[in-house]
Amino acid sequence: MKPALALGILLVAAPVVGAQESPSGEQIVQQGNGQGATACIACHGAQGAGNAAAGYPRLSMLNADYLSAQLRAYQQGTRTNPIMQPIAKALSDAEIEAVAEYYAGQTSEVPAPETGDTELLHQGEELALQGAWKQTIPACVSCHGPGGNGVGTHFPALAGQHAAYIEAQIQAWMNGQRSNDPNQLMEVVAKRLSDDQIKAVAAYFASLKPGQ
Amino acid sequence: MASKRIVTGAAAGFLTAALGFGVAWAQTAGTTKEKDYQAELPKAPADAGDFTPPPESAIPDNEFGAMVRLGRDLFVNTQQLKGKYVGNGLNCVNCHLDAGRMADSAPLWAAYPMYPAYRKKNDKVNTMEERIQGCFRYSMNGKPPPAGSKELTAMLTYHYWLATGAPVNQALAGRGYPKLEKPAQEPDPERGRGVYEAQCAVCHGDGGQGATVAGNYVFPPLWGENSFNWGAGMHRINTAAGFIHANMPLGKPGTLSVQESWDVAAFINSHERPQDPRFKGDVSATEAEFHQHQCYYGEKLQGGMLGAKAYPNPLQ
Repeated sequence: MKPALALGILLVAAPVVGAQESPSGEQIVQQGNGQGATACIACHGAQGAGNAAAGYPRLSMLNADYLSAQLRAYQQGTRTNPIMQPIAKALSDAEIEAVAEYYAGQTSEVPAPETGDTELLHQGEELALQGAWKQTIPACVSCHGPGGNGVGTHFPALAGQHAAYIEAQIQAWMNGQRSNDPNQLMEVVAKRLSDDQIKAVAAYFASLKPGQ
Repeated sequence: MASKRIVTGAAAGFLTAALGFGVAWAQTAGTTKEKDYQAELPKAPADAGDFTPPPESAIPDNEFGAMVRLGRDLFVNTQQLKGKYVGNGLNCVNCHLDAGRMADSAPLWAAYPMYPAYRKKNDKVNTMEERIQGCFRYSMNGKPPPAGSKELTAMLTYHYWLATGAPVNQALAGRGYPKLEKPAQEPDPERGRGVYEAQCAVCHGDGGQGATVAGNYVFPPLWGENSFNWGAGMHRINTAAGFIHANMPLGKPGTLSVQESWDVAAFINSHERPQDPRFKGDVSATEAEFHQHQCYYGEKLQGGMLGAKAYPNPLQ
């Protein structure tokens, strides 16, 4: 075989091999992985802004380790959701990491802060910043960080997250549908919140701009 | 040197302060200095109800109210005084939960009406201001704000406002940290390590370093260079155990067993931290004079004498 032809074949073959070894997060997000994980953009948006009305969470700018831990939780059943569980189970470890890194790095599309009733927002702010210690509820920011922007792997950002999603997660902890919090730290708090408090605190965080 | 192990039969005593309290130990023969005894907290009258501080919404909109708010702000975000009066990574609220309002978490409203008070720690009658200055010197590993300074006045005003309606010179229920009964087994740092890894590390870090976001501490460091120094009340095993059992993990108070609380307190306080500000060059001498209580200062643990490699007091 002529050297040039051999070289040409080698050059064509190489990128295909490379793609199999380190999956493209962007590709999976936009097209799915062809193995049962459908495209993330269908619900979470191309840049991960999510869907406020449907309660699909914003994924952009969340901590990558937190995101990958959630996908693993869906695989293991410590988070339950009829849409997410089969998708998570169809992702390999490498694909999970890739998708998590992709969304963690998405900063371009920030969902607009959600407006809410002034009284409700005030109640939510009080809970978020001071807590309700008579009910043994710490201030949310004690763990979720200043401005609700999250702390590391275990305490996700809440600022700029959709209210409907936050409400649904608190309910999930109350109902036992979600149990992947370390040491039941979130479960014990969720179970102490009244319906009004859940609405208020969700509305408050949804009204904030992430990263402030 | 007298053993500082738990000695049964001693009259238990408690010192209340914003730093919590501990137990006075009967000293066996051989110990000469008896400074730094922890005196028992005055008991609240049997018919004393629970005290509730005024709600935040009741802070008036005037000059006085502005000073209350400033004091509260400094209490919750003491890090804004880093470099000026604060030498470490802590905030007052780390050990005085709910902005100093919470019963059994050394609330400010219970301390304020009991000062001026004699304290064994410095063998004199302290004003409330001097007591707060002590917090900066020890717990914050810093430098006391001077009397009459805006910061000290603000914090004092916040204490005073929280204590609205509280009786003067009469103990209130909920003061300090609740006394924790003695554990069945001698507190053991190695057993405490297991408790720490399972219950505490998720927030306070594998190395006790806490967690920061954008350079600001969110979860406080428990030992090492950025934590409270060897002079702070929290370095005492009994004080820490009482605090931990009543308040930690955050949001899950009272979930650790008595034994676990003592063990993890021992573990946390078996690490090096910044030096006792009263140190004059010799660990053993400082230990003899100021550490005749339940702590590991001056003891050899894991090959090193605690206090020998203590971190600096950057503002002193």
